[in-house]
Amino acid sequence: MSDAMAHDDAHHGYRPGGMKRWLTTTNHKDIGTLYLVFSLVMFFIGGAMAMIIRLELFQPGLQFIDPQFYNSMTTMHALIMIFGAVMPAWTGFANWLVPMMIGAPDMALPRLNNWSFWILPFAFTLLLSTLFMPGGAPAGGWTMYPPLVLQTGDAFPFLIFAVHLMGASSIAGAINIIATVFNLRAPGMTLMKLPLFVWTWIITAFLLIAAMPVLAGAVTMLLTDKFFGTSFFSAAGGGDPVMFQHIFWFFGHPEVYILILPAFGIASAIIPTFARKPLFGYSSMVYASASIAFLSFIVWAHHMFTVGMPLAGELFFMYATVLIAIPTGVKVFNWVATMWQGSMTFETPMLFAIAFVVLFTIGGFSGLMLGVTPVDFQYHDTYFVVAHFHYVLVTGSVFAIIAGTYFWLPKWTGHMYDESLGKLHFWLSTISVNVLFFPQHFLGLAGMPRRIPDYAVQFADWNMVSSIGGFVFGASQLLFVIGIIKCARGGVKATAQVWDGAHGLEWTLPSPPPFHSFSVPPDPATIEGGMR
Amino acid sequence: MDTPPLKQANNRLVVQLLGITALMFAFGYSLVPLYNVFCEITGTNGKTGRLAPAQAALLVPDESREITVEFVTNVNVGLPWDFRALTSSVRVRPGVITQVEFEVGNRATQTLVGQAVPSVAPNKAARYFSKTECFCFSQQPLAGGEKKAMPVRFIIDPKLPADIETVTLSYTFFEAPPNSQQGSAAGDAPKT
Repeated sequence: MSDAMAHDDAHHGYRPGGMKRWLTTTNHKDIGTLYLVFSLVMFFIGGAMAMIIRLELFQPGLQFIDPQFYNSMTTMHALIMIFGAVMPAWTGFANWLVPMMIGAPDMALPRLNNWSFWILPFAFTLLLSTLFMPGGAPAGGWTMYPPLVLQTGDAFPFLIFAVHLMGASSIAGAINIIATVFNLRAPGMTLMKLPLFVWTWIITAFLLIAAMPVLAGAVTMLLTDKFFGTSFFSAAGGGDPVMFQHIFWFFGHPEVYILILPAFGIASAIIPTFARKPLFGYSSMVYASASIAFLSFIVWAHHMFTVGMPLAGELFFMYATVLIAIPTGVKVFNWVATMWQGSMTFETPMLFAIAFVVLFTIGGFSGLMLGVTPVDFQYHDTYFVVAHFHYVLVTGSVFAIIAGTYFWLPKWTGHMYDESLGKLHFWLSTISVNVLFFPQHFLGLAGMPRRIPDYAVQFADWNMVSSIGGFVFGASQLLFVIGIIKCARGGVKATAQVWDGAHGLEWTLPSPPPFHSFSVPPDPATIEGGMR
Repeated sequence: MDTPPLKQANNRLVVQLLGITALMFAFGYSLVPLYNVFCEITGTNGKTGRLAPAQAALLVPDESREITVEFVTNVNVGLPWDFRALTSSVRVRPGVITQVEFEVGNRATQTLVGQAVPSVAPNKAARYFSKTECFCFSQQPLAGGEKKAMPVRFIIDPKLPADIETVTLSYTFFEAPPNSQQGSAAGDAPKT
């Protein structure tokens, strides 16, 4: 796969070949490719676990796997999709695109860049190896609530150290991106001229730096509680298990914006291109992203309304949560206004971007419902929550990743992808993902709890529908891989601009871009022209 | 490509960003004391207060009302103890010290050390509920097969909001963490 994605081999200085090239590379394009391929592999591993989950839930009763393994599957699926698929995909996009978008020759810290990628395979080897350990893989949920998580078998320290490594990798990546944007922008590329993808990533990077260390602290406390006799979360020793939930979600809520903010940036790049109009309300998009990031730090307890908080706390977290609808609404409004009266065409990236706007908004609405405290008391820990976060993460983040891949793939490989295969992938994915997740709203409202391998018979019909949707969605992602491989191998040559409505510095480079681009910064006129 | 000024700027920025990272790691840990202070001030979490008998004597009894105090007992998984309240509820006047008895028995053959953790519901009653003596103030060792009566003396502050008529005091016995066993280490332990 990675060799297939290799781009133009024009020689610039010393470049080892084969495996050594990928191990030692400090080139932002190579590292971007590594991240994206890694993410794709993890997407399929996590996806296989989702298939096992849907297979078990196809009918009531226990048919295929035992409950402990089922719980391992939900736990590992979440950890792999969040930390292995979505986050590395965003870092991969940032590596490929940020230097090209701001007219920089490479990332500011190329060696750190290599290191932050190569930590990841170790982290996920640790995590995946737990599947073969006595006591099984972690099964206490990705949220790792004590005291349940402390009952994990031999896998426990592996889980903690894997989380530490993932955190170190993403913090290193975030520092690199901030340093690149702050110090390597081409002359004339002022902050308010940055493409929105760069803006959303800068904000994401600050969220990572602020949130990941808190997670590292929380899991370290778990580790010392288990092995070194501390009592942070043990009531008998004077600690409090509910405190873990507070600390975890202080990280956890910024984390969900880490997963979605770059998606906003990608939608803001694709929609203007295919509507052939400049983005509506650029500066309001920047301020809305920053407001969302700020608010993400003061809403954490909406994940735990039912722990028994004082009324004042519940009201505060409810109002703060619902407040997020305002900047998010601004964004959705701006995307729709960008399309308004545009001369739109519907190539695959645009289709995925439009689906992103519509379906992410559905996920946003169910989020508003969950944000209302009395309502959440009923929905908490039901399939309604599962439906909500899969709408924002699958049809939100993952659809944006797919849209961005189709959008920039011609730039990366120098070939156009197969448009009809892309459209088939889109229609199969969009229909099946709704068949998969929409019925889960009904299941949740009817009272089906999360994280249970078996269920009461009245839930049988919608679960079967949901599972069928799941299998089709899973299978259609193979079309995505076929499309990428075909495109990397060859096809119609792409022009430099690729899309006739595309604007931005990356489109002034040839497709594929030379191994070293913008060694000389672009002149201010190009920057102005690129921005439009 | 890396001109010295750029390298300097990069290094400075990296140091600053690593500083934020370290600060946030420390912040994660500082949430622990902050959380406890917050719970103490607001009475959230049902953590009850402890009063010296002399201080308790200063409270003026309120003859105009009676509060029902109910008792709930639990034993955490893995501790083979029996634990019950000898009276399931009492009617008390605010400002008057009341004593109730609990009975604890160890079903195991070896000595085990338990630590009881109290909690009061509703939460807003917690800060008006104090104990002058309680088996939860320290760890309780029980020999194999031993049975013991354990008293609690408590007092309700007459300032208890008028809408509260019933207060539930719940105790859960946990096996004391091995490293904290032997008396003094319990100092850090449950606020009671």
